[in-house]
This record gives sequence, C-alpha cells and structure tokens, in this order.
Amino acid sequence: MAILEAINPTLTAGWHQPDLRDMNRDTGWRLKDYEARGGYQALKKVISDKLSQDQVIAEVKTSVLRGRGGAGFPTGLKWSFMPKGAPEKYIVCNTDEGEPGTFKDRDIMRLDPHSVIEGMIIAGYAVGATRGYNYIHGEVYELYQRFEEALDEARAAGYLGKNVLGAGFDFDLFAHQGYGAYICGEETALLESIEGKKGQPRYKPPFPANVGLYGKPTTINNTESLASIPYILRSGGQSFLDLGKPNNGGTKLFSVSGHVNKPGNFEVPMGTPFATLLEMAGGVRAGRKLKAVIPGGSSAPVLPADLIMDCTLDYDSIAKAGSMLGSGAVIVMDETVCMVQALERLSWFYYEESCGQCTPCREGTGWLYKVIHRIEHGLGRPEDIDLLNDVAGNIMGRTICALGDAAALPVRSFVKHFRSEFEYHIEHKKCLVPRDVQKAGSTFHTRLMAGALC
Amino acid sequence: MLSEATLRKIDREVSKYPDDQKQSAVMAALVFAQEEKGWLANATISYVASYLELSEMAVFEVASFYNMYNLAPVGKYKLTVCTNLPCALSGGVHAADYLKSKLGIGFNETTPDGKFTLKEGECMGACGDAPVMLVNNHHMRCFMTPEEIDQLLAECK
Repeated sequence: MAILEAINPTLTAGWHQPDLRDMNRDTGWRLKDYEARGGYQALKKVISDKLSQDQVIAEVKTSVLRGRGGAGFPTGLKWSFMPKGAPEKYIVCNTDEGEPGTFKDRDIMRLDPHSVIEGMIIAGYAVGATRGYNYIHGEVYELYQRFEEALDEARAAGYLGKNVLGAGFDFDLFAHQGYGAYICGEETALLESIEGKKGQPRYKPPFPANVGLYGKPTTINNTESLASIPYILRSGGQSFLDLGKPNNGGTKLFSVSGHVNKPGNFEVPMGTPFATLLEMAGGVRAGRKLKAVIPGGSSAPVLPADLIMDCTLDYDSIAKAGSMLGSGAVIVMDETVCMVQALERLSWFYYEESCGQCTPCREGTGWLYKVIHRIEHGLGRPEDIDLLNDVAGNIMGRTICALGDAAALPVRSFVKHFRSEFEYHIEHKKCLVPRDVQKAGSTFHTRLMAGALC
Repeated sequence: MLSEATLRKIDREVSKYPDDQKQSAVMAALVFAQEEKGWLANATISYVASYLELSEMAVFEVASFYNMYNLAPVGKYKLTVCTNLPCALSGGVHAADYLKSKLGIGFNETTPDGKFTLKEGECMGACGDAPVMLVNNHHMRCFMTPEEIDQLLAECK
C-alpha cells in the first residue's frame, strides 16, 4: 500500500493520508485546511515585511534548495537569471511527472495543491512575472481538476488576480493539461506544448530565462521545488539548509517503488542514509536479497546493492557512486529480477517516447531496444554487448535535449554492473536467474508465454 | 459539429492564455472534442482547427503527437495499463495479462461488442500504487489485483 511517512517533515507537515481506494474521498487539501496549518503565511510575510525581489531570491539562495525535478540546479540562482524590467514574464511549474519511478508531485498536487500555488505566487513576485502556468501530466486528469478547484479558492480569497492581497502586484495562475508525452517533462518541450504545439525541445541557448514561453523571459521550476518555497520564506533559508546537509538543503520526497514491502513517498532530510529509507519502506519484499536500485528515476544509472547501501540520499553522495539523485525516484529490485529483461522494458520506453527530432536519439533508441530484445529472446550475438555500448555512446551528447542521454545511461550502467547476465543470456540462451526464482518474485514472469527467456 | 457545451468549455480554455495565443488551447480543445465524439476523426480535427483559427495540419500534429488522443475509434471503455518497469516489478504485466484473458483481446484491440479497448501505457506517475490503469484517460484506478479488475469490469456497464 502506498503510504506517506516522514522524518522532520516540512513539506508534508500536516498533510492528511491519501485515501487509498478513492481519491475523491481525500481530505485536508482545501484552502481552509492549508491556512489552518500555516498556509499563505509566507506570502503574507513577504508582503508585510516589504521584502524586495532581491531579498526573496537571496533567501532562496541561502536555503540551497536544488531543483527537485532531477537536475538539481539551485532554484535561487535560476530565479536570479531573469532579466529585470522586461514587461512580460512567466513562471511555469513543471508537473509533467512521467519519469518512471517518480510519483512525488502527484501526492503534492493531491494533498497540498495550495503549497504549489503559494510557491508560484512568491516566485512570480520574486522574478517579476504576472502570470503563471502549471503544466500537469495528462494521466493525472483528476489532479488537474483538483488544481482548478484550488485555483478558484485562491482567486476568491484574493491570493490571485489583480493587486494580490492589496499589496500592489498582480499575479494570475492557470492550469494546462498535458495529454501523454514523456518528453514534455523537458522544460523547453513543455513550453512548446503550452504554446499548443508538438512537444519537441528547443535548442539552448537561448535559455528560457531570456526566451521562454511566447518568447518572453520564463522561469520553470519543478512542483516540489515550488512547494518548498513557502517553508523557506516562512522559516528562513538557513533553517531549510540546516535540515539537510551543506550544498544539499532541506528535506526531500523520495518515491520508493518496486520490491519493497511498503512502497510510497517518504520525506527525509537530504543526506539521510539510503538504508534508513529502505527500512522506512519496509525493507526488501518477502525478506529477499537486494540486487539493485535505480536511485533517481529510470534515466539514472542503476547501482548494485553494495554500492547503494553505502550511499546517503543527496546529490553529491549518489553522484560519487556513479549515478544521480535525479527526481528522488528509488526503484528497488530484488534477487528475482533478470536485469536484461528489466533493461529491455526501459529501452522500449525511451524508444516509444523519443520525440523523433534528433537522429541519434530517434534511431539509436530503436537500435538499443532491438539489440536488448534479441539478447532477451535468445538471439543475441557475442558482439552485441559492445554494440550496445557503441550505440549508447553515439547518442550521448549528440542530441538537443537530455532524453538521448537518459536512454543511454541505463544501458551503459546495466551492462557495466551486470555484464555477466548479458553474457550468460547470449551464450546459454537462457537467464542467469533461475526461472523458479523469477517466478517466485512475481515480476514479469508471464512473459514466458511470449517466448522470452525469462 | 461540436456541441454548444463543448464549445463553451473550449472558450474557457482560450481565456486562460494571452489574447493572441489561441493556439495554446488546442490540446484542451481536442480533449473536449474527444470526450464528446469518442475519437478524433479528421472532420473533428478540421472543425477544431477552424474554431481556433489554426491550420488543420497544426492541429493534426498535436493530435498525433500526444498518445492519449484516439485517432481511431475505441470501445466504450478504453483501459490503459502501465507496464513500465516500476509497475512491472509490482504486477503491472500480470494485470495486463489478466485483462487480456478476461476480455479475449490483446493490446490495441477492441472486444467484438465494442465495449472495451485495451492499451499498453507508459509511466502514469503513480508507481507506488501499482498495478495502475486508466479508464477512458481520465479516471485512474490503483492496486489493480485480479479481484479489483473483476470489480472494475463489472462497473463498466
């Protein structure tokens, strides 16, 4: 059962548990509930203390809040890139949460939508934007509807619209619904999509801070980053930083999925040992042995058990181990998983979701899938492992956006850490993980029927 | 070609964007058109184009790029099952196989009575609740064990 737990909760403090059967029965997300737990106090403080735009940005810089969407870029620094004085500027929230393994923004939007609204108003004030859009993943239509309701509440209460709370600045905010395209999580593809076009990424530079939505200066932040802003302005950037560790401010939501006893979202301070998170998630399912973890969403390199168990949950520690904290999506795999089969499914995903704009990605993701598919189905050749590395290497760094790298990194890391499984598949035309072990794990085993080796 | 109610919903979307950026409403307009018609025939796409003063090709590009639009007729209930890795680790493929055997169809097929269409989906952002499926794009169902799937199918009258 997906659950929600926290150590030192800041983001999730006061949240109600989600209703597991019917989200329409969720409670605690409305304006009155948010205000009762201190909501909109940060905005009121910015207004009553007459903080300047630069002071707000400085506070966010002090917090060392790093972008929660995956790249980890410091939010305050990003805000400071917005040109002063431009007449029309935008704030955009990226709730196009479709990175396999990631489901934190869903809970934020579900249980605390007003924190995103308040964060966006403050961001709008700080960068001088008078209008914002929240781009919401198409598959969570019910949350789009909920967000529309929350916007109506905020507008009626004077938090949005002309002359916000009588403070002399205007800010309005709208929801834009996606409709099924992973690539729109890439910030410039997302802007194209808001403009009513195919979601194909733009060349950078120019960066959105100069040429963004409708060609105007635009700041794009992840949902969780924006939801973290009210705490920072209410309690101070230093207080947020102190929750985590140097260069990794605050707490963060981690989405734990796969082979754990209690999948769900967990808010923990940055720098918490991975072992603690695994324990919070109930440990590996059925007491089995941990095999591998993808620590930051499917695009992050996989880490074998011994490497990840030594990591702490922060950008620096996971990077040192050779992967990425990414979106904080922790995909746990136990000893019953065939790594060739797992990679085959991920490669299909990138092939399916490549927008087709850049040849190395469009063609390369197809090659990666086909080669892994044939290894998985007993038709692999000894030279295929080198071929996979070669194709991956020819995608990386040769595309407009990061989807190419995102497709290549899993391939490289699976082959690097689990090469013997690929070799065994090719040589013996069967899986290194015995069938009965796989079946016991209840993963993909029904694919036996379709001719797969696993 | 589209009902008054649908056009009013499209108008509301248009009002979210700057006056000279009507095109931004095209995604929502296609969603509402699909809700009314069940799928997006070329004639529907043309109508949306003329209503928003866009070229037909600009609208078709959007309709064909995003995978939740139906460019061919679907059953009364379109069930989309996520089989991506995190879901697969928690039974997503089983759930899809169970549906296939219950309905007697594979992915991208529709039952002969026109009631159900089955689709394989990519990440829906709800991996902790796997197995996860969408009913007609807009309603998410979580923890879909065989018992839950039986109940869902019974609800689809």
